[in-house]
Amino acid sequence: MREKLLYGAGLAAFLLLARNILVIADLPGEAAQGAIFKIIFFHVPAAWTAMVAATAALTLSILFLKTKDFRYDAAAVAVTEVGLAFLAANLVTGSIWGRVIWGIWWTWDVRLTSALVCWLLYAGYLMLRHAIEEPTQRATFAAVFSIFAFIDVPIVIFSIRWFRTQHPGPVFLSSTGSFPHDWTMVLLWNWVALMLLASILGAIRLGQEETQREIDYVRRMAHAL
Amino acid sequence: MEFARLVFVIMAKDLRAELRTKEAVNASFAFAVVILVLLSFVVESNDVPLPVLGGLLWLVFAFAGTLVLNRSFAREVPNDCLDALIAAPISGAALFLGKALANFLLVLVVELVALPVFGIFYNVRWTQQFWQLMLVVVLGTWGVTVIGTVFSALTVNIRLREVMLPMLTYPMLLPALLGAMELTGSLVTGAPIGPETVTWLKLLIGFDVLFTAASVTLVEFILVG
Repeated sequence: MREKLLYGAGLAAFLLLARNILVIADLPGEAAQGAIFKIIFFHVPAAWTAMVAATAALTLSILFLKTKDFRYDAAAVAVTEVGLAFLAANLVTGSIWGRVIWGIWWTWDVRLTSALVCWLLYAGYLMLRHAIEEPTQRATFAAVFSIFAFIDVPIVIFSIRWFRTQHPGPVFLSSTGSFPHDWTMVLLWNWVALMLLASILGAIRLGQEETQREIDYVRRMAHAL
Repeated sequence: MEFARLVFVIMAKDLRAELRTKEAVNASFAFAVVILVLLSFVVESNDVPLPVLGGLLWLVFAFAGTLVLNRSFAREVPNDCLDALIAAPISGAALFLGKALANFLLVLVVELVALPVFGIFYNVRWTQQFWQLMLVVVLGTWGVTVIGTVFSALTVNIRLREVMLPMLTYPMLLPALLGAMELTGSLVTGAPIGPETVTWLKLLIGFDVLFTAASVTLVEFILVG
């Protein structure tokens, strides 16, 4: 049942992404930037998806500490890994855009720096997990670290904001923005597609985590005999 | 009152243990001097702006402080002292605060000895705003020790402990270090904390308060599970 649901969702995500790419390819180039501008349709939704994943990781970590139910722990790893991948996609697409428009791959601007620090924090979460053998300890420590990381991210953003910012300001869903309404819709649809993709990847990772725990259980039984 | 007494007992125990061997403090101070010497090859001392030197100073403090923090819980592992401490009738919060205060005093001692050395080597007249600089040193050091002590407890039993602690702490410490660097950079030029820099002071205080609260709340999970 779950497999079929996954295949169905995968097909839906593929079709939606294909449709979005066709729509985006059809759009005219932006007046000042030309075709490279279209990277925003992946750059921004990837960042939003990563933010949703980080919030989900926080919620699941708190739930784990409260209930000690390992399903929450498995889900927390799954969403963190997927979120990290989307944040990486965000950083890479931003870097490519920066090379074309600014002429540089990287600048120590507030958003770039805080996104990178955020990436490093959650990469630390995964490294911490790899370094702990005992499952209960691994889940507890990882949950505590995830909560610390989530508290830290807004402070990091606030602190770096005091340096002069080079990143363009928000252009859509804001009163001062210059983003046409139908382009906003394209962007939102692509977010839906990426969220769907993220959910599928998360579900696959969750399945792997559950299998891993079953293997651990069977191995422990075998050792006990 | 009882809580404060327990915190004091743990702090006194840690300080006594450290002062009998002085291994962490000596190593940390020697390391601080080594970095100060190495940095002189990066910065030509006569033409480097003072604010940059203020920033470098905090890198030295953060690197050297990690050596003290690494020992904090690792010292309790031989002879199963950590198990005994956890089994003792004190709360995790008292144990944590006691250790954090002891680490704070030890790191502060290393810093206060390294500060004049820094002044001599780099020809910085750091005493111009002595008390304000001390305030920044105290606040910044508490931020470093509170995060460092929690993560010292988190990494004490895992593989690659010495690598994991700095890997996890430095990205998390970014706001505190940034604030301390900015404030120190302006204080060593002789300018007192004014409307330009007071935000960094607020950031530093906010960071300390927030992470002290988070650590006291979550440390029980790390120690007991």
